[in-house]
Amino acid sequence: MRQTAKLPKSATRRLLPVIFLLTALIASAAACGQAPPQGEKSGDQSSSGETTGGGETTQAEKLKPGEGSLVVYSGRSEELVGPIFEQYEEESGMDVQVRYGDTAELAATILEEGENSPVDLFFAQDPGALGALSDADVFEKLPEKLLDRVPGKFRSPDGLWVGTSGRARVVAYNSDELQAKDLPDSILDFTDPKWEGRIGWAPTNGSFQAFVTALRNIEGEDTAREWLEGIESNNPFVYPDNSSALEGVASGEVDVAFVNHYYLLRAREEQGDDLPAENYYLKNGDPGALVLVSGAGVLKTADNPKAAEDFLRYALSDEAQQYFTETDFEYPLTRGVQPGKNLEPLSEIESPDVDLSNLDDLEGTLDLLRETGAL
Amino acid sequence: MQRPSGGRPPGLVWIPAAFVAAAMLLPLGYLILRSFEDGWSGVLEVLLDGSTLAVLLRSISLAVIVTGASIAVAVPLAWLTARTDLPGRRTWAVLAALPLVVPSYVGGLVLISALGPRGMLQGVLAPLGVERLPEIYGLPGAALALTLFSYPYVFLTARAALRGMDPALEETARSLGSGAWKTFFRVTLPQMRPAVVAGALLVALYTLSDFGVVSLLQYDSFAREIYTQYRSAFDRTPAAILGLMLVALTAAILYTESRTRGRARYHRSGVGTARRGAQVNLGRWKWPALVFCGAVVSLALVLPIGILLFWLARGLVEGEPLRLVWGAALNSVYVSAAAAALAALAALPIAVLAVRFPGRVSGLLERLTYLGYALPGIVLALALVFFGSNYVPAIYGTLGILLFAYVVHFLPQAVGATRSALLQVQPSVEEAARGLGKGPTKVLATVTAPLTRSGIIAGGALVFLTTMKELPATLLLGPIGFDTLATSVWTATSEAFFARAAAPAILLILLSAVPMYLLVIREKKQ
Repeated sequence: MRQTAKLPKSATRRLLPVIFLLTALIASAAACGQAPPQGEKSGDQSSSGETTGGGETTQAEKLKPGEGSLVVYSGRSEELVGPIFEQYEEESGMDVQVRYGDTAELAATILEEGENSPVDLFFAQDPGALGALSDADVFEKLPEKLLDRVPGKFRSPDGLWVGTSGRARVVAYNSDELQAKDLPDSILDFTDPKWEGRIGWAPTNGSFQAFVTALRNIEGEDTAREWLEGIESNNPFVYPDNSSALEGVASGEVDVAFVNHYYLLRAREEQGDDLPAENYYLKNGDPGALVLVSGAGVLKTADNPKAAEDFLRYALSDEAQQYFTETDFEYPLTRGVQPGKNLEPLSEIESPDVDLSNLDDLEGTLDLLRETGAL
Repeated sequence: MQRPSGGRPPGLVWIPAAFVAAAMLLPLGYLILRSFEDGWSGVLEVLLDGSTLAVLLRSISLAVIVTGASIAVAVPLAWLTARTDLPGRRTWAVLAALPLVVPSYVGGLVLISALGPRGMLQGVLAPLGVERLPEIYGLPGAALALTLFSYPYVFLTARAALRGMDPALEETARSLGSGAWKTFFRVTLPQMRPAVVAGALLVALYTLSDFGVVSLLQYDSFAREIYTQYRSAFDRTPAAILGLMLVALTAAILYTESRTRGRARYHRSGVGTARRGAQVNLGRWKWPALVFCGAVVSLALVLPIGILLFWLARGLVEGEPLRLVWGAALNSVYVSAAAAALAALAALPIAVLAVRFPGRVSGLLERLTYLGYALPGIVLALALVFFGSNYVPAIYGTLGILLFAYVVHFLPQAVGATRSALLQVQPSVEEAARGLGKGPTKVLATVTAPLTRSGIIAGGALVFLTTMKELPATLLLGPIGFDTLATSVWTATSEAFFARAAAPAILLILLSAVPMYLLVIREKKQ
């Protein structure tokens, strides 16, 4: 009401939102127009799709599944595996479409999609998700030749998924405060009262929880409970994730933290080599020296299972394994590829003997963590 | 009493409204379907579990604290910037609204980094002998983070109400001998009520749905517990049952809100030109007021941006390349603008129904729009994954379904703003147009919509901001390879590459700030 009786300036002001609304509407109409991937509606709507400019049109083309394209859901971050997919695309001429997301959320998405899943390959951060999808009968059995590329303990016993790279659980310690010889051989010894207020951990972290599951499997439920209670009574610092636990070690907030081996190496890359922290590997097959893997499986409903297997072959090639270890600071799993610099050789880690596909009782672990007050 | 402008709503209003409402029922349908997959026994098992009750209580306490704190921060800020001679009040108004553009997953990280037991603040205080600060994990940290980054919902609505209010009411109270404070509490505050409640509702429901803050600050509310269920058991049934409980909680909150609404009238009733209320002279209260504004803005805006810049600089020094992800930025702006426009359009019929044709059905329709808002993004996304992939594969994996998800998720922001604006429009204006022979459709298009324009735009701007920040639906429903700024930030932070996350996060904040800035500036000049 009051605007109408104003100066001419108000006219442009009044037009502004109208222009905005119109632009946005055209944009959304175009968005819907370029949408159909199966080409069902492309006939009458393609013209509006074209008006939106080059970027979007290529996106629409990329969406087309079927021949010559591989659809991947990756719970592994683009930061870690993006270049592997790009490299594979270049070498094979295959069009690779990757949806990145959280491993658990993508697993739930695949289950929701059911028969209509567009996915060929699921690339998971941890074996738990792979085990769960195996149980749901989502994966096709992989060829022996592919499975044989990695040692038996880093793949599904039923041949439904295969590990692609590894990570070791370590004790990161502040090297200003401690030396390796000050540290015990077993993670069980950190319940000693002398560690009071000096330990950092991230009980919500997936790898930590996998370690607790391994601890339950190896040492039994009671020892696991006693250990958790013992650490709890040492007033550990609770971190939201491994990387902030490592930051805590580096800043001297805590003296030690139970993390994965590569967080230190990554922090050094971002913050420089003089970070006062080191990794310590526990000894004698201690559950604290568990080696976990990331891995992948091919879906039964895949449109392009051949391409998915072909990609897995590439991921287990020397070239890709080299990349995982040199750029991502992970462990190569295939024989004959040496771990990158600053990495203790996998063979020298005295890791415990556990079946990784048996680490799927996460619920039991979460219950235990809750009961002992760790969560 | 406000009277409807005449009988049955026109088809132009109720038909689209019915469509919108049907869309809102999709996530609910999905949750019911999944919850009862194993029959009643599974549902009872989750419901009767002691830990479920604990989650419910934790969620309620968090929502109550955050909402209360947001009102306590936002109402004084709104009054100071709208009604007083506070120095630099226009700048303060823009700054006070901006924290809304900080994504919760960034805000949470930043707070931990700054205020953690041995965070940056402790580093500053260390020379004073401060060894460690109190824990911020859990309720205190989660409540602080959510308040800092969602109070602008109340600030924006309260400020708009203060500006749109007819000063005659306050003047009458004053002329009848009521003092300044008494007038504020007896006249001004009650007049602001619907606006404050509308903002508070958004804060409360946002608090229930937010996953970023509660996961980083380790507070087991519904959003975090639902995620834990997906992750630990890969079983969608318990997660869906928790989601359904969240819907019930939302319904309870909406019911409570509806009891406070009443039937009061908030538009001008008299004749004459609308005008702005008189400015209050703060006098020496100016200084505490400035300190208050400064403190809020420092914590909610300067701190996060400062820490992001610090991460960025630290990364650059170590040789990280500067990642200016313009493609992702373009995608973010484009898809957010489209979602904003669609939501604004979808909100109009709902708001008109609720305000001009009040009744059981229209009230229910309006409240239905809040369902999608209170659900964590992951639940909504999985619901649409289910319906999309199995029933409308043609649009599954396209921008179409992603935009649909955004509208279902964020619609109430547009409905609330449009509704508040409509409340301040006199029905008599529409009645006059009707009397002059215009049909209901014509009246809606040529009288009602233009008069509520500011509310429609404000609602659209809110949807724009939240879409810019949205993560789970974008990850799961967007076309494959569709990068946005939010996904770029997530990609980097999920692997703890903070330096790499900083550039897209700063870009996200800057780009979201533009509509927010225009919104506050625009309104000011009127």
